[in-house]
Amino acid sequence: MNAASTALSVRGLVKEYVRGKKVLDGITIDFAASGLSAVIGPSGTGKSTLLRCVNRLVEPTAGQIHFGGRDIAPLKGRALREARREIGMVFQEYNLVERLSVMENLLSGRLGYTPAFKAWLRRFPQEDIDRAFALLDQVGLGSFANQRADALSGGQRQRVGIARAVMQRPKLLLADEPTSSLDPKTSVEIMGIMRDLGREHGIPVIVNMHDVELAKRFADRIVGMSGGRIVYDGPPDGLTDDVLKTIYGGESWLAG
Amino acid sequence: MSATASIEQRRWRRFTPRQRLARFAVYLTLVVAIVLSARTVEVIPEFLYDAPEQMRDLLERMWPIAWSHYPKGVHEALVETLHIATLGTLIALVMALPVGLMAANNVVPNRVVNYLAKLVLVSSRSVNSLVWALLFVAVFGPGALAGTLAIAFRSVGFVGKLFGEALEESNRGTIEALEATGAPWSSRLAWGYWPQVKPAFWSIALFRWDINVRESAVLGLVGAGGIGMALDTALNLFQWDRVAMVLFSIFSVVVVAEIIVTQIRKKIL
Repeated sequence: MNAASTALSVRGLVKEYVRGKKVLDGITIDFAASGLSAVIGPSGTGKSTLLRCVNRLVEPTAGQIHFGGRDIAPLKGRALREARREIGMVFQEYNLVERLSVMENLLSGRLGYTPAFKAWLRRFPQEDIDRAFALLDQVGLGSFANQRADALSGGQRQRVGIARAVMQRPKLLLADEPTSSLDPKTSVEIMGIMRDLGREHGIPVIVNMHDVELAKRFADRIVGMSGGRIVYDGPPDGLTDDVLKTIYGGESWLAG
Repeated sequence: MSATASIEQRRWRRFTPRQRLARFAVYLTLVVAIVLSARTVEVIPEFLYDAPEQMRDLLERMWPIAWSHYPKGVHEALVETLHIATLGTLIALVMALPVGLMAANNVVPNRVVNYLAKLVLVSSRSVNSLVWALLFVAVFGPGALAGTLAIAFRSVGFVGKLFGEALEESNRGTIEALEATGAPWSSRLAWGYWPQVKPAFWSIALFRWDINVRESAVLGLVGAGGIGMALDTALNLFQWDRVAMVLFSIFSVVVVAEIIVTQIRKKIL
């Protein structure tokens, strides 16, 4: 994979929350500058830690994270914030500012670019506001701009969460179990929105998920993790029962 | 049926023997403490037997209440009391905001700063309003200024502590999301923490104002202005009907303050 088409390049990433216990055991992987990749694997295998290490919500113990032409693993302060604002993130629990309006939640995606006093006065450039309205239309919440976030349903909140991340004009979109708190129908809609927005805005998307079928349906590439290592990396078609056994262990759950 | 009968009966007890012993010890200590303190208090029986009669005498002297005393002797002092309470609360809010922020470990992740802020808050609370008032009367002389500062300095600890705790209880996920957008610290504060703690903050402020209305009413006893001074004068001159007037005014104001606070709280929460 050449540098121009690579959005993210992780080299020898190790994370130990407790000394000697490797949650991530030397992850090395590249992500292309387009397409949706799904990271699957059992709970507690480090999927979430991997994603959170990329935007440094979790401090990596060792390894490099090449993004935007530099290693962002050692960055601190302003440089770290500037790297983070180019990486959008969608959370399982949405993590909206509950008591603010939908519009304010979208604009909070611009906080990394907006001087603090202007943000405090809610003075955003008109182009940010236009973009916010356009994104609200795209995620199907066009008439919700002035609703408070805590008045929305789970699916609607997650749409706001995605729109907020895309407001950052990110060069990479991370989604940490974005559908795990949602019903199956809403999950499919949310995955569809992420795939479509990723394509339209040219943003590569990396999604952590539990649901293998959903991953197969939406992902261009599947990464299977087990015990802090990558045990499968390939197209969705390659996910045979044998591969799933390697990822999740056991076989009794693979009924029929 | 016979199968279940053969199974050994399992017992369940709410407390382990050790817990039962501990609970017994607590009850025993309580009884001993009550007996001991009753012996130390040294009630003088004559005064105790006399009390109902004295009480009746006092109430008779208080009645009828000296309503006519209100316009010239009470009104101004009452308004001053409200001013002391309100201004004192406002000053306390301004001082408590930064100290509360510094006390919250998730907002300022620096143990040294946290402990310093908590030290300030504890010192403020460990001194009673009346003692603060005595200190400020000594510094600024008697009057409303001493009272206002006493109220403010006592309230900082209360407001700052509760505000800091509200901050520490705010949802981590929301802050994490703003961190992920690359928002600077001050924007995370204004967009992440403040919306979450805003209702708590105003609720604490109102609650403290309510307390301060009551506290500022007695500050006059040590010369720090307000209606307490009118009360002090009337008490010293044994004008019990005027004392009754003052007490009634304080009671009315406290009731009105309570009603106002409840109504506003309903609106903001």
